[in-house]
Amino acid sequence: MDGEGKQRSGTDPAAAGKWYELFSRGARDWLRHDEKVREAVRANLPEIIAGGDVINGGARTVRVPVRMLEHYHFRLRRAEEAQGAGQGKAKPGDVLSDPARDQRPGEKGAGGRDEGEVQLLLEFKVDDIVDWIWEEMQLPNLKARTGPSDESDWVREGWDRHGARSRLDRRRSFKEMVKRRGNPGATPTFIDEDLRFRQLARRRQPAVHAVVFFMLDVSGSMSDRDRKLAKTFFFWVVQGLRREYRSLETVFVAHTTEAWEFNEPDFFQVTGTGGTVASTGLAKVREIIDERYNPGRCNIYLFYASDGDNSVSDAQEARGMLTSIAADACFTGYVEVSSGLSRQLATETGKLFAELTAAGCAAGSYALGDFDDVWGAVRHFFTAETHAPDGAQPAGSP
Amino acid sequence: MSEDWQGYVRRIEALAAASGLQFHPVDFEAVPDSFMMEIAVYGLPVRMPHWSFGVRYIYQLIQRHMGHSRLFEVVFPGNPGHAYLAASNGLAENILVTAHVLGHADFSRNNLLFRRCQEQVSERIVEHAANHARQISQAIEAHGMQRVEAALDAALALEQHVDIDQPLRRARYPEYLEDPKALVDDAFRKRFAALEPAAAGSAVEAKKRAPVPPHPERDLLWFVANYAPEMESWERDIFLAVREESFYFYPVFATQIMNEGWASYWHARLLREADFIPQQAYLDAIKCHSDVVRPVAAEQQVSLNINPYHLGFAMWEKIVATDGLEAARHIMEQDDDFGFVRNHLTRELAEELELFRYSARGDGQIKVLEPDLTALHEAVLAPKYNFGAPIVSALRVRNDGTLELGHDSGVDGRGLDLERSRKVLDYLHKVWRRPIVLTTVNQAGSALELTAP
Repeated sequence: MDGEGKQRSGTDPAAAGKWYELFSRGARDWLRHDEKVREAVRANLPEIIAGGDVINGGARTVRVPVRMLEHYHFRLRRAEEAQGAGQGKAKPGDVLSDPARDQRPGEKGAGGRDEGEVQLLLEFKVDDIVDWIWEEMQLPNLKARTGPSDESDWVREGWDRHGARSRLDRRRSFKEMVKRRGNPGATPTFIDEDLRFRQLARRRQPAVHAVVFFMLDVSGSMSDRDRKLAKTFFFWVVQGLRREYRSLETVFVAHTTEAWEFNEPDFFQVTGTGGTVASTGLAKVREIIDERYNPGRCNIYLFYASDGDNSVSDAQEARGMLTSIAADACFTGYVEVSSGLSRQLATETGKLFAELTAAGCAAGSYALGDFDDVWGAVRHFFTAETHAPDGAQPAGSP
Repeated sequence: MSEDWQGYVRRIEALAAASGLQFHPVDFEAVPDSFMMEIAVYGLPVRMPHWSFGVRYIYQLIQRHMGHSRLFEVVFPGNPGHAYLAASNGLAENILVTAHVLGHADFSRNNLLFRRCQEQVSERIVEHAANHARQISQAIEAHGMQRVEAALDAALALEQHVDIDQPLRRARYPEYLEDPKALVDDAFRKRFAALEPAAAGSAVEAKKRAPVPPHPERDLLWFVANYAPEMESWERDIFLAVREESFYFYPVFATQIMNEGWASYWHARLLREADFIPQQAYLDAIKCHSDVVRPVAAEQQVSLNINPYHLGFAMWEKIVATDGLEAARHIMEQDDDFGFVRNHLTRELAEELELFRYSARGDGQIKVLEPDLTALHEAVLAPKYNFGAPIVSALRVRNDGTLELGHDSGVDGRGLDLERSRKVLDYLHKVWRRPIVLTTVNQAGSALELTAP
């Protein structure tokens, strides 16, 4: 392909042909470098994009600045004081400026293997990134709970000898032709009998609607950092769910001692004051489910982020609400954004979810202390969901 | 390739031969600038694929777009030699370049270092390198990109670590230590044995296995290819292919000042003597010559690098003027840059060329130092020692297969760059497949051990 053999066989350069006009080895190796950079970015993805800034809409690509890879050799460390030889009008004792230091970026000076290197800006599709992460972290794909659905769609199914030209299956037709030609005396070219056409059939599609409720505690005790942490986590949850559901709706509920539904941009700006009464938020979720979503047709997910300081008097009511939602939901998850000390999920809210899990509901909890934990949380929930007792089946291997 | 120029090639060749140049025939080929650039990046017209060349390629592209570098020719020694000329060269440039190429051809045929390396590598390095490229493409098909790339990462990272004083096809170490009894006849041994009978007596034992390596081994490519405990044969081939190419590159590297100077001297001289060249072409060619051999870039007063074309050119002019052409040819045959600069860069010449020595501090301050000829020689030559690489040798292979490498910080003057060295060990570990330990020194000068994995 690259004509290297050609060059070798001909000692006469004219006979070697002008392969170098058609093929650039430099470009080939450059593309390979590019591929390696992508691999490297992919390997370090969780660190590179720990703070996604979009949940819905927005850009579907992420730009990541990367440095060119260096092929390493043994080198001496930089000398504190290096000697060199130069030429020109200079007297002993003169102090000179180093032109290499004033160079424009991107230029490579004589010894320029250090700073001021060329930077590349690589663009990645968020979808690709999510695929990589799922692969990288070996996350199972969610099993969608299918319900009866009124949605139906055309699907390809079967073959026929007649059909519209546009649905001619060339590969299959060719195979038929080859098969037929095996017989002695067969016509060597295509005949009408060889042709195969793809057929379409109307089939009901399983329900693939899903709605995910993000419930956020915005009481006074939740800091900006806690909210940002919750947001990052929510972002990746959405990405993960999107892999499974063609239409995924998101509902944002914030609560203090009261609860409100928000649209996404406002949701993360909200700052409340006062105490925490989780049952108000849960009641709001319950209300929205009853109003807009039919649990039989729709996969419902609830993710709740809080610091866990629910008021003690609310425990009974919150427990009731939570149990009622959990009965309808595919999964309920709780992330405790604790800024440090208590990571044992021993808070009031933590206890509620622990009870729920113990009762055999599809529920899980995770303590988020830092941005590094986001991946652990995503992994935890997606693994837990698949193994949840009332999930349709445990999908695949862990 | 223009008709005019073809006509001149024969006449320039005849003139060169009449002036005493001895060269193998050279095939000239005009190629597009893009291909010239690739030859410069790869060092050979066809060379093995590796992503690191892609990085160099991009830097070259950037440089070219900024108008920094322009390549007129690249020549490969051999019989016949291959010279690639940029298709964008004008007639005057091509005349100059032809004369220049013949100077290189004379140099590479007669210089001892070149001859020795060519005897090892054969005179067909261009074909050999293309063959290596093909082998590696086949290896990629057979074993996959990942594995071949891992081997190439390691081999190319060690490309400077060869020992050209050893033959290219070098035999493995002797399996056993030499029988000490065989030396007893030696008069010195006898006297020594008489001095200390105990030491002589203990040597009488059965055959002993020689340690591997028996002495610190600088030829890392060869050593790894031969003694890696678990290396695939195609990986060994990759190491040996890279080593062969390094054998070819070494004389080019180690005689750059001489070689470029010699070629520049001859293109200037042949141009002066060629009465058949039209006036205008001559003027253009001379202008091109002075661009190539100028000491400092036009807009600068002072350069912190020495242009090897200029230095070599000035030195050869001086040598021919004072000692005659015969002596110059003699030097050309026998020296490399180390001998050439130390013996023939005289104080007068250094002053005439305004060469100076400077010291650059970490904070960027650069100070011109007092003139000192010996120190100046060493400053010019410092980047050329040991193929431009730190001196790293294989010291021992432990019983569990662990490779011990040692860096000679005494000679190099300071320790290794730790981050880069670790990465090189990581590359190497992928083919050595057993632990690797490298000793060097830290900033304070005390011993430091790097390990992989």
